[in-house]
Amino acid sequence: MMGIFRRGILPMLLAAVALPAMAQERSITVASTTSTEQSGLFGHILPIFTRETGIAVRVVALGTGQALDVGRRGDADVVFVHDRAAEERFVAEGFGGPRRHVMFNDFVITGPASDPARIAGLGDTAEALRRIAAARAPFISRGDRSGTHAAELRLWQQAGVDPATGRGQWYREVGQGMGPALNTAAAQGAYILADRGTWLSFRNRQDQRILIEGDTRLFNQYGVMLVNAQRHPHVKAADGQRFIDWLLSAAGQAAIASYRINGEQLFFPNADKAEPVS
Amino acid sequence: MQDLASAFTTAFGLILSLDPAVLAIVALSLRVSLSALLLAALIGLPLGALLAVARFPGRGGVITLTNALMGLPPVVVGLLIYLLLSRSGPLGSFGLLFTPGAMILAQAVLITPILAALTRQVLEGMWEEYAEQLRSFGAGPWRAVPTLLWDGRFLLLTVLLAGFGRAAAEVGAVMVVGGNIEGFTRVMTTAIALETSKGDLPLALALGIVLMAIVLGVNALAQGVRSIAARWAG
Amino acid sequence: MQAPQSILPLCTEGLGFSAGGAEILSDVSLKITAGAPTLLIGANGAGKSVLLRLLHGLLKPSAGRVFWAMPTDHAARRQAMVFQRPVLLRRSVLANTLYPLMLAGVAQGERLARAEEALALVGLADRTADPARKLSVGQQQRLALARAAALQPELLFLDEPSASLDPAATRAVEEIVLTLAQRGTKIVMTTHDLAQARRLAGDMVFLHRGSVLEQAPAEAFFQQPASATARAFLRGELVW
Repeated sequence: MMGIFRRGILPMLLAAVALPAMAQERSITVASTTSTEQSGLFGHILPIFTRETGIAVRVVALGTGQALDVGRRGDADVVFVHDRAAEERFVAEGFGGPRRHVMFNDFVITGPASDPARIAGLGDTAEALRRIAAARAPFISRGDRSGTHAAELRLWQQAGVDPATGRGQWYREVGQGMGPALNTAAAQGAYILADRGTWLSFRNRQDQRILIEGDTRLFNQYGVMLVNAQRHPHVKAADGQRFIDWLLSAAGQAAIASYRINGEQLFFPNADKAEPVS
Repeated sequence: MQDLASAFTTAFGLILSLDPAVLAIVALSLRVSLSALLLAALIGLPLGALLAVARFPGRGGVITLTNALMGLPPVVVGLLIYLLLSRSGPLGSFGLLFTPGAMILAQAVLITPILAALTRQVLEGMWEEYAEQLRSFGAGPWRAVPTLLWDGRFLLLTVLLAGFGRAAAEVGAVMVVGGNIEGFTRVMTTAIALETSKGDLPLALALGIVLMAIVLGVNALAQGVRSIAARWAG
Repeated sequence: MQAPQSILPLCTEGLGFSAGGAEILSDVSLKITAGAPTLLIGANGAGKSVLLRLLHGLLKPSAGRVFWAMPTDHAARRQAMVFQRPVLLRRSVLANTLYPLMLAGVAQGERLARAEEALALVGLADRTADPARKLSVGQQQRLALARAAALQPELLFLDEPSASLDPAATRAVEEIVLTLAQRGTKIVMTTHDLAQARRLAGDMVFLHRGSVLEQAPAEAFFQQPASATARAFLRGELVW
């Protein structure tokens, strides 16, 4: 058997394994959200940071809850997410911090053009959700402990509706990222809460369109934290801090502001400014 | 229909343009899956051969177990490897999580039972034929293992291809342990999953077509080698 | 090392074998000494092949014992066996011949010479690179003989080596067997072919229904068989 390895398979495998390793010398791992990765923001700003500092940034894109868990386990150096309550818990538990504001964008509610619950143009998100529940119109929930999922649950609470009563019927939890959830909503002609960034870069819209936007309740703040190097000694604290400092610097904030899809700005830098009242 | 047509057009475009980003993803896919195949073969082939020749109490149970492990859900393997390799896990100090090494390990774990179970099936018949003659030569089961592996080499090539196909097509485990990091751990399957999430179904399908073409190419190459060599060795 | 002492004589004492409740051999006591070939003869199902496998150590006796003139594991290294259907490795003719030499621990430098000599003996010297399994049935059996001969065994068991061969191939096999015997290899061979037994045998063992009815020098056996069953068998009657 060893013969066949020597003669055929081994050289092939060695060639494959010996391909130039794609790892860069200096790198940090950032646990972030699908919205920042899939909207294309990281593809726009990270090369600028790497060019300036020589530090490669490896982004693992997950839901906010999972991304914070990755930070808790010490499997990332920096966490860059959007669920303020969960982030503050993360900092309070001593897993990292301090938490810094980086940027915001907003959520939108999209739905089928036919709009069976007749919510289009309502200025009040709570009223819109009450109408969807009353009409028992299909609504797709992320159901994955992501920042968007947390925001959606907060909105239902503010509307005074417990969507769990419609679970499995009109209220459908898919337990997946923003993109798959949007795919499902488009396929089922359902309503959904989406972050604007992912929505703008999403291609398979079919007859989905924005029905609710601009309500201050739909504000979506992103925060960044360094993972606690005292708890996890291998954390690349210096390079991680450098990334955070850059995000908050004029150069980083300008890079964020300059990212556009079809001329539309996706994220609004607000480093260390007060979060707009929601 | 339009999406399908556009997927094929995009696929051909991707192949013909030799887009460096796509090439890097293809190269990483091959590197990860072939390394996993080597690792799994080093364990699975001898193990399967040993199961074919050895007679010991509990052998039936071990065979049932390897057969069952063939159906191991990739995500479960991914989680297992994730927890092992996490900085908070027992093997955390190696810093392998979210690297190609973790992906190789996950795929190897996934396909080792496949290689072992299929190798056992393939070599069991050969052992029935060889057993008496080899014992006459003074070779016991242990010595028979390398003999059977060598004599079954052309049949085992098919077994290796099955393992490679499963490894290359797998998405759940490498997504969890690799993290789908652009330019570092993004392979064909996780790229397909990502483009699907972004709703770019034609691009996702095009990448799928490229993946199929690669797997097809590897199979054709291996079968070509096999048929030429089989003509020689009988 | 001590001077090579012979593994012969080979004796059995009350040898018996049963499988699945059926008694296949019972109370076989034999003595096989060095010299001309010993042929085991008998009808199909008489127990010839089982006896050969018990002697070679491939089967464990249910009763009795097999004795060699030295400890059995030492004797095992100085005997070989060729089966009715040769089991050839999926390798070249030469690699097939080298394989048992490697297992036997023959020095690497000596293996090739011994393999080539054995292949020349069976007339396959010009086929060394061919895939073994692409040979004709007759050639395959000759290769199996070469493989055994290369081991230079003191005793060679042959189980119906020409049963599935045509007359020309049978003749080739017999010539090889006689050559090996003349070189001093003790041959112990089963056959159901009386004419073949007459051509080869120095010593005859007649088996019937799992028992040895006669053991005698070939000449005596063919001229004056002691038992009525053997007489009937020699007349070509169906006995079972």
